[in-house]
Amino acid sequence: MVIDPGLLFVQALNGLQFGVMLFLMAAGLTLIFGIMNLVNLAHGSLYMVGAYLASVVLERTGSFALAVVLALLGTALVGIVVEVTVIRTLYARDHLDQVLATFGLILFFNEIVRMTWGKAALYMPLPAVLEGDVPLLPGIRYPVYRLIIIVVGLVVAVLLYLFIARTRVGMLIRAGASNRTMVGALGVDITRLYTLVFGLGAALAGLAGLMAGPTVSIESGMGEPILILTLVVIVIGGIGSIRGAFVAAILVGFADTVGRAFLPPLLRIMLPPATANQAGPALASMMIYLLMAVVLAFRPQGLFPARTG
Amino acid sequence: MIRVVVAVVAVVLLVSPAAAADRVKVGFIATFSGPAGSIGQHMWDGFALGLEHAGGKLGGLSTEVIKEDDQLKPDVGLQVTQKLLEKDRVDFVVGTIFSNVMMAIYKPIVDSKTFLIGSNAGPSPIAGAQCSPYFFSTSWQNDGPHEAMGKYVQDKGFKKLYIMAPNYQAGKDALTGFKRYFKGEVVGEVYTTLNQPDYSPELAQIRAAKPDALYVFYPGGMGVNFVKQYAQAGLLKELPFFSAFTVDTVTLGAMGEAAVGTYGTAFWNTELKNPANERFVADFEKKYKYTPSNYSAQAYDSALLLDAGIKAVQGKLDDKDGLRAAFRRADFKSVRGPFKYNTNNFPIQNFYLHQAVKDASGKLRLENRGVVFKDHVDAYAKDCPMKW
Repeated sequence: MVIDPGLLFVQALNGLQFGVMLFLMAAGLTLIFGIMNLVNLAHGSLYMVGAYLASVVLERTGSFALAVVLALLGTALVGIVVEVTVIRTLYARDHLDQVLATFGLILFFNEIVRMTWGKAALYMPLPAVLEGDVPLLPGIRYPVYRLIIIVVGLVVAVLLYLFIARTRVGMLIRAGASNRTMVGALGVDITRLYTLVFGLGAALAGLAGLMAGPTVSIESGMGEPILILTLVVIVIGGIGSIRGAFVAAILVGFADTVGRAFLPPLLRIMLPPATANQAGPALASMMIYLLMAVVLAFRPQGLFPARTG
Repeated sequence: MIRVVVAVVAVVLLVSPAAAADRVKVGFIATFSGPAGSIGQHMWDGFALGLEHAGGKLGGLSTEVIKEDDQLKPDVGLQVTQKLLEKDRVDFVVGTIFSNVMMAIYKPIVDSKTFLIGSNAGPSPIAGAQCSPYFFSTSWQNDGPHEAMGKYVQDKGFKKLYIMAPNYQAGKDALTGFKRYFKGEVVGEVYTTLNQPDYSPELAQIRAAKPDALYVFYPGGMGVNFVKQYAQAGLLKELPFFSAFTVDTVTLGAMGEAAVGTYGTAFWNTELKNPANERFVADFEKKYKYTPSNYSAQAYDSALLLDAGIKAVQGKLDDKDGLRAAFRRADFKSVRGPFKYNTNNFPIQNFYLHQAVKDASGKLRLENRGVVFKDHVDAYAKDCPMKW
């Protein structure tokens, strides 16, 4: 099998694009898990809320920019309301209660969007300038919108890094991730910090959702498939670590893309066609879980464990 | 004591002659929740309109329809089936959307000698070796639309095709059906994970394989994702796009412009010129304020089939043989035009090509592009031992 270098390049971009999307989801989830010791299964619902809000605002106003801004603010607000009304009562409970309650939130959000916007999937068009594809290298074209997703994702990653590493609030968040009790004992208003982190995580999930909006079917339940991948990412990266979430998200993005793009054709060379058609897709969809198993075998705490105490 | 009661009941049941019932109970099973819930709604509205056109009374009997949600889960489908059969004691069951649920509910229903009207899923075992005198389809055997697309692509002289489907039974059946009539070269045959949201790696592979055209089977939300991303990758301009069950009136709205120009095949579309269809489409749009889909059309025909059957036996619902004979005559005006039953109780019918277009007012619709198959017979009827 000859692999065309152009194709390899495009697939690398695809892996990166998928990786930054996963990072946006994983950053919020890993902070919430790391700092508040809370398993939040409803993180995917915030992704869905972001996509719905963007689509609805775009349909009403016709402005993509306004849709982006309102969806971001709206999702952060929804996140904060959920934190204050539901999540806050769960911090002291054990993980099983948290799983149960946040699973309940998934059902609640799926039902509420269905009641509000109907069962049929919503449509979210792209502004004309973002449509189509551009030549990157001679003979290699790539969709404009996907490039924008990559750029936005990387910019957000850098901003988030600066925020966490260089600001006072960021310092508290880092401190919270390594030793919550001590941060509280030092007189930091932990309640406000928690609400802030949850709102931030919600806004990041909303950003991922609104960016995915034009490429996917906006429908009830769209957050669950991505939630599962996000959980894989934060486990590989090490819970509570933004750096870990970034590295793991890119790794998972690449592993998944390589698995889907090159594994089935590779197997078709080595195996009879019928067997290859059976094994190829199965193996490709297992790639990221294999990656997780390998990482956990060697580093049970994940690649960059944040909590030491 | 119980034994006595059972014996008495049995005797009563055995000796009571087929008497005309004064009412009929129909169980309606479909997926009403989750992402596929909109398909269930299309089907339900179609059936309700059929019932209305039958004067609100199937075969002149006062009619009760009990609606059940299978949640796209075979085990839930089985539970609601048992409830319908044992508690509600329905006379007929109409359903269901997904083949995996159909396979779970099929046997209990036909074994209880209750007629099951298949209003969507038509998996191959039911059309073939496991066919039953208590099952009638008002839809199609699953392979039909795929076979039609295969034939069209073959007839148009396409040589190199890239074909894709989700990695589950219906996906594999789809591509098998397509290849039954497409005889050219398949340069890529790809099965993706079920409900995968993003297709960018696969789209890059398609472009690299340089096929003449693409054929896919991506029902529901998967299709919306795939078609949007296909257009955004600029592939829609380069490669003709053929599909079945992917671009339909359920998904067209969410796909928007991305679907314009794509081709599909189905046994029916809104533009078929026959009085039954014109009335159906007009009344449907008037009543429900949206365009009916093939799911609505199939369910509408299910109501008409029941109406015709019950009328023919003059409401004697216990006269199973009479009902069967009446159903086999398919004595109703189907919205698809010509309709007759094959020996496996699946329709012999035409398949049509349609193309998604945007008309002058900016409205998206599926435009009829003519007949691909005339009086198509499914490939499994020969395995069905049933004799008429």
